[in-house]
Order: sequence, then C-alpha cells, then structure tokens
Amino acid sequence: MSSTSAATATGRSAWDGGASPMGASYGKLMMWFFLLSDAFTFSALLITYGLVRSAHGVYTGTVDAFTFSPEYWPIPEKVFEEIPFFHGFPAPLVFVGIMTFILIMSSVTMVLAVEAGHRMDRAAVEKWMLWTIVGGMAFLGCQAWEWTHFIVGNGLPGGGANLVHNQYGPPDFADFFFFITGFHGFHVFSGVCFNFLIYYNTVTGVYQRRGHYEMVEKVGLYWHFVDLVWVFVFTFFYLV
Amino acid sequence: MAHAEEIEINVIPPDKAKIKKLWMTALILLIITIFEFAVAFLVPHEYKDARVWIFITMTIVKAAYIVGEFMHLRYESKVLLWSILIPIIFIIWMLTAFIYEGMAISVVR
Repeated sequence: MSSTSAATATGRSAWDGGASPMGASYGKLMMWFFLLSDAFTFSALLITYGLVRSAHGVYTGTVDAFTFSPEYWPIPEKVFEEIPFFHGFPAPLVFVGIMTFILIMSSVTMVLAVEAGHRMDRAAVEKWMLWTIVGGMAFLGCQAWEWTHFIVGNGLPGGGANLVHNQYGPPDFADFFFFITGFHGFHVFSGVCFNFLIYYNTVTGVYQRRGHYEMVEKVGLYWHFVDLVWVFVFTFFYLV
Repeated sequence: MAHAEEIEINVIPPDKAKIKKLWMTALILLIITIFEFAVAFLVPHEYKDARVWIFITMTIVKAAYIVGEFMHLRYESKVLLWSILIPIIFIIWMLTAFIYEGMAISVVR
C-alpha cells in the first residue's frame, strides 16, 4: 500500500525501474487492461447488434397494435413484459428493472468491501463480500428465469425462441439476446466465483497475513465492470 | 492455523464521509435508472430520436459514475486514467464505421 507513491532518486525518471509510475501495482494495472479488452468485446457485440437491427425492417404501426412478426424487429418492452408469479399481467421492463437494481446494489456492497479492505477491517470485508455474492446469485437467478421465459414463450406450438426460430421476431433478435445476455451472464457467473474465492481467503485470514487486501480491490474492479456492461446492455437491448 | 494468525492488526475506523459518498453514488445511479424508466413509459414512441438520445446520455452519465467513483479511476494517477480512456477512441471508430456500413446496407435494400 505504501509503495504507491513513486519514490525515485533525483535525476532518474519514474520509468527507470524500482517504482510504480502509474501508482498502481502490476496486478491492478493488468486488471485494468484486461477490462479494457473486455470492453472492446462487448462493444463489438452491441455495435453488431445495432448494425443487424438496422438491416431489418422497422415496425411502423402504433405501439398498442404491435404484434410479433419475423418481418420487423420487435419493440423490446413488448418481449420482456412478464414478471414471475403474475403470468399474463403486462409489466413491461419491470423485471429488468429489478435485475438492474440488484446489480447496482451488489456493486455498492463490493465497493464497501474494498473500502473495508483498505482499513484492514476483516469482519467488514467478510460481511460486504457475502452481500455481494448474494446479489450476484440473485441476478443469475433472475437471468435464469428470464431465459426460461424467453425460450419457452407462450407455450403454444411455434412459441418461444431458439437460435433458428423466434416467436418474437427475426431469429437474429433471439441470437443476439442469447449471445449478449449470455456473455454478460457468464461474466457475472465467473465474478461470483471470484468473489467467493476472495470471501474464502478473507475468512481463512490469507489477506490478513499478507498484510493487505489488494485482491479485493482487483476483483472489485472486475465486478464493477460487469455492472458497467449491464448498464449498456440494459440501454441498448431493452430500452432503445 | 487458529492460534498462529493472531498478529496485531490495526483496524482503521471507517471514514463516514467516504462511505456516505459511495452510497450517494449508488443513489444517483438508481435515480438515473428510475428516470430512464419514466422516459420509457411517459415519452411516446413517436419521439424515437429524443428517447434514444436521452437513453444514451443517461447511460454515459451512469458509466462515468461507475468508472469514476466505484472503480476509483478519477482518483488514480493521470497516466493510468488516460491510458484507459484514450483507447476508447477505437470503440468510437468502430461505432462510426458500423453506422456508415449500416446506412450503406439500407441504401442497397
């Protein structure tokens, strides 16, 4: 922790070695660059979504009269309007809203765990890591429900969606749904695994003996990135 | 290991102002999300362009809060900040190129 301010001998550049010119450890720096490359991957997926969407027909009628058709791209809020336990009750985007809320809250608990780690407060790190894991698992559960709902559809013959057939519109729409939310969901899943690892190491006192909780910070960066990606998926897949 | 690890560790007491700031950031993110919902339901679909621009602006604001406050990038050294932000121009370039391609596809059809 104390090595973050680059102390260099006079006449030498901070880049001549022996110091951290960016004020961050190697591991933290590499996490940042990994996240940058991951940002490229997600941008590629979302931008391609935009391109393919613009290459499909546009629905021109009123929103109330909207029906699903492979001829044009669906209005997302007409696809995602179910919430658990209230079947047939239209609640457009409410469930995605709940998922967004869960992910933002788990981001706060993560940043509180990082803050507690800076203070060497082991009990607080344990508490906030546990809440973060709970949030991550709640999000994954929501996503499992949403995928099931999307795949099964209305239960009628020809209903639901898979990679080649789609009740809600062109098959490309379902393909992008599976790839973008699936890729993001996989990030959440691996994030929960990392969070659990951090929690385990905190409980067993690994970081206490090491003398710093920087691993919490590195995994925290990853977890916030997952939240960041969801902000973009939420806008470009569900709202626009 | 139960007996070996009881080394003296100084737990620094929590900084209330710092923690309050983190919760404020979360509150801002939630308010922006609620605002997006309000726009999604209250602004009719006929104003497509206005809706899209509001959504994109709000998304960038949210992203700035997450990266700046939660990921702490605002407070890192300037070299680190810029070496993360400058490569984003590649994403902007890809967006530009694909919008251009998309317009070309529309013309061909």
